[in-house]
Amino acid sequence: MRVWKKLILYFLLIVTSIIMFFPIIYAFMISFMTGGEILSGKLLPSTFSLDNYVKVFDRLPLFNYLINSFVVSLGVMLGQLVVCSLAAYAFVFISFKGRDFIFFLFISTMMIPWEATMIPNFFTIQKLDWINTYQGMTLPFFALAFGTFLLRQHFKTIPKELHEASQIAGLSKFGFFFRVVLPVSKTSLVTLGAYGFLTTWNMYLWPLLVTTNNSVRTVQIGLKQLQSQEVATEWGVVMAGVIVVIIPTLLLLFLGQKQLQKGLTQGALK
Amino acid sequence: MTTVTKRRKISYWQRSSNVRTALLYLLPSIILFTVFVFYPMFRTIYLSFFLTDQAGEAAIFVGLENYTYLLESDAFLNSIKATFLFVLYTVPTGIIIALILALLANEKLRGIGFFRTIYASTMGVSVAASSVVWLFLFHPSVGMFNKFLNIFNLPQIEWLLDPTWALFSVSLSTIWLNTGFSFLIILGGLQNIDEYLYESARIDGASYWYRLKRITIPMLSPTLFFIITISLINAFQTFGQIDILTKGGPSQSTNLIVYSIYREAFINYQFGTASAQAVFLFICILIVTILQFKLGEKKVHYQ
Repeated sequence: MRVWKKLILYFLLIVTSIIMFFPIIYAFMISFMTGGEILSGKLLPSTFSLDNYVKVFDRLPLFNYLINSFVVSLGVMLGQLVVCSLAAYAFVFISFKGRDFIFFLFISTMMIPWEATMIPNFFTIQKLDWINTYQGMTLPFFALAFGTFLLRQHFKTIPKELHEASQIAGLSKFGFFFRVVLPVSKTSLVTLGAYGFLTTWNMYLWPLLVTTNNSVRTVQIGLKQLQSQEVATEWGVVMAGVIVVIIPTLLLLFLGQKQLQKGLTQGALK
Repeated sequence: MTTVTKRRKISYWQRSSNVRTALLYLLPSIILFTVFVFYPMFRTIYLSFFLTDQAGEAAIFVGLENYTYLLESDAFLNSIKATFLFVLYTVPTGIIIALILALLANEKLRGIGFFRTIYASTMGVSVAASSVVWLFLFHPSVGMFNKFLNIFNLPQIEWLLDPTWALFSVSLSTIWLNTGFSFLIILGGLQNIDEYLYESARIDGASYWYRLKRITIPMLSPTLFFIITISLINAFQTFGQIDILTKGGPSQSTNLIVYSIYREAFINYQFGTASAQAVFLFICILIVTILQFKLGEKKVHYQ
């Protein structure tokens, strides 16, 4: 590659990166600023003091919200892994009458937007007395057609000989699933897990509907509270809240980005 | 005679053994889909023909009246218009930006991993966090955008309070938020393209634009097809941005369909008309999916 072409590419990469990352870095800077600094429109804080971070944990039960978000996200993640891997196993390794029909049922769930079903779902949770509970926040999301397809793609690549050998060795169907299929599919399981955690952590509408007090409320609802409580003067505190909320998912993304990209493309396209 | 039927029974029992085991593995999914997807979908359709009480129970059968009411209501028609405009503003622009970034990030350069991570970063940002940040950027006096306009002595804009700008502003923040995911998917698609296709083109002396037009875009079409579908569906489902940035205002210019359903159901307690709107949302997404499948079969180039 010629030098000038490289230079142009780097220039474009740097400029677009700055534009894309600006809102995040700006929020980070604001989170260290005092009210006066924000009003004067500075880009950099004079000192990196943690005052706003202390304040945000004072104003809101943010620590509890963080715990809640972790519990709910981990819960959905594990639930999805169990439910989807069981279903994917049946689709790949057991041939049975009506498989195509059930597969079609799974596909059809992808055409039903979740928001179109939220009214009856809300009443289901209410009737079960699951408002303000972890199960009400997590259970509706355990079954996931996309997750089942993603794992099915990977399970399909497991050689048939392995299945036959395990049957000869006297391994039961569940034994084969648990001891052979799951261990060799680690990468897909990690992808689906990361995806499930990320989407649940960022979920907004459902926690808004099924929480009426602070007991199981998640950080996303905390942000809404923070933003509606604070008047324009305390933007530093609000941004400190934002940074606290996005750090776990940004870290997860930075660590698992390659994996996520590979897994999502495979699940989507094959 | 009895032994024959018995043998048949046994063999049927044995033959169906696979079905039973399979169902055991599928049971959790089937139960959950039934309770949280299929039942509520039918229930939504059912409720859309009724007037409901406060507890969301069907009270009076009204036939299609909820629908005729909606089709005559300016608020709903306005919400439909806003939703389609929002889709139009966000989907094509978002995908083109993500495609450009993915093409840049697919070059083999030192340190390219860093840029990929930056581009993908908005995928780790929640809709609530992003909306709060953009709320600040759009702020009339301390916000970045108006400060920027000020430098060039341009007139200040009430980004979220002016009905002509509000939908545009919400779209801008949405495009930014969705770029990370679209970028990641398109980059994955680019990396799946066979390298030797480019090598033979390079030997023939084909230019960058020629390669882009003749190799990259056609080979990328399944990925683009997928991301267009997902983006369209996502755009129809937008809620968080609206709730935090504008609450559907000003003068209902950003009252997108899901926000409208939410307000009708959980603030006005009109579950019947809210359900009718939900059915409308369902039909929109169904049409998008079917259209994509039909068009996709014809236009998309699979390897």
